[in-house]
Amino acid sequence: MSKLNTNSNVYTFIYSAVMVVIVAVLLAVVSQALAPKQQANILLDKQKQILGALKVDYSAGNPADIYMVLVNDTLTYGGASEHSEPIEVYVANLNGATKYILPLSGKGLWGGIGGYLALDEDKNTIYGVNFNHESETPGLGAKIVEPEFRSQFEGKHIRNAANEVVSVAVLKAGKHAEGQEQVDAISGATITSSGVSTMLEVNLAEYEEFLKVESNEGKEEDHVESEN
Amino acid sequence: MLSQKTKDTLLGPLNANNPVVVQILGICSALAVTVQLKPALVMGIAVTIIVAMSNVIVSLIRNTIPMRVRIIVQLVVVAALVTLVSEVLKAFAYDVAMQLSVYLGLIITNCILMGRLEAFAMTNNAWDSLLDGLGNGLGYAIILVIVAFVRELLGSGQLLGFQVIPQWCYDHGYENCGMMLMPAMALILVGCVIWVHRSLNDKEAK
Repeated sequence: MSKLNTNSNVYTFIYSAVMVVIVAVLLAVVSQALAPKQQANILLDKQKQILGALKVDYSAGNPADIYMVLVNDTLTYGGASEHSEPIEVYVANLNGATKYILPLSGKGLWGGIGGYLALDEDKNTIYGVNFNHESETPGLGAKIVEPEFRSQFEGKHIRNAANEVVSVAVLKAGKHAEGQEQVDAISGATITSSGVSTMLEVNLAEYEEFLKVESNEGKEEDHVESEN
Repeated sequence: MLSQKTKDTLLGPLNANNPVVVQILGICSALAVTVQLKPALVMGIAVTIIVAMSNVIVSLIRNTIPMRVRIIVQLVVVAALVTLVSEVLKAFAYDVAMQLSVYLGLIITNCILMGRLEAFAMTNNAWDSLLDGLGNGLGYAIILVIVAFVRELLGSGQLLGFQVIPQWCYDHGYENCGMMLMPAMALILVGCVIWVHRSLNDKEAK
């Protein structure tokens, strides 16, 4: 400590500069080297979540392979509203029935929430749904990813009797939604629950173009089967 | 095998010199991650690893660090380490990385790290610093686990996500304590732990 004057200004400046360069190079190299693997993981995670929304058990096989077999088309719609990015809808063929998967994204209490909504061919009945979140409170808001909450959505309809898209409301037990179907909110996680509700409403509005096409012939009951 | 000093360095923070209940460090993150046992365990392990590693690094370069910018240097070491660990986890253990998500970032601001770097690693050799880091990390983890155990058990009737309180208790009118899920209860529980800890240690002193 004594030979070199570690308290001089010159030393402090040089030390800081060298430290910053070393750390920057180190982080840049690691980030570059690991990027392909991270991208692959993110893609795989997305595929797993879509399979989750389709209620497909992928534990036995390779999720990526199962995904490739099931999801065989992507519909792209030019940015409606202010969204510059095109909106994508995935088309899956599940045991002969067509399912549409709509990616969702919104805001929870602490950070972003997202998910995938799988619709039946009538573009009305919810087949399954999967949610994810960045940083909701464990034991409260984070419960949106659990099957107990998600399974409530199955079989609900996103359209009202007049065939307008009205989404599904997430409401506290005891409250009643006018003109739309509802599921129970997670008690103690009011903001995350209403975040899910808002996310569904806002995102479904953005899928207007996709949902509109069918609205002329769409029926209340589920009709599946037919084409491949 | 271990000298008395080594033993004190490693085991002291587990009880007599516990970072949370005696040094009162790391309280903030103790509030955030103790609603359930699992994130508390994960956070405890992550902090232990990061404290130990950054302690060793800072201890190795301690003689070269300019005194006037030492806090910045320590912070850079910790931030670089946490970033590296999170990058590596995202590439090789994506599920774990997702579990940790926010907590990894929280580690950088955990006062235990800065506290130990400043109080110990700056003046001790690498081996002792490693032990000090491990000891303090584990001491922190123990408190987290105790608080999370109580909060998850009373707050959700579960432990590690499994239902422990049987259904017939609920049928007979038992209800989960919603208060336990609030951050304030973590503070109160930490207070209770400190109380118990103080009264036990006072007896030993007499």
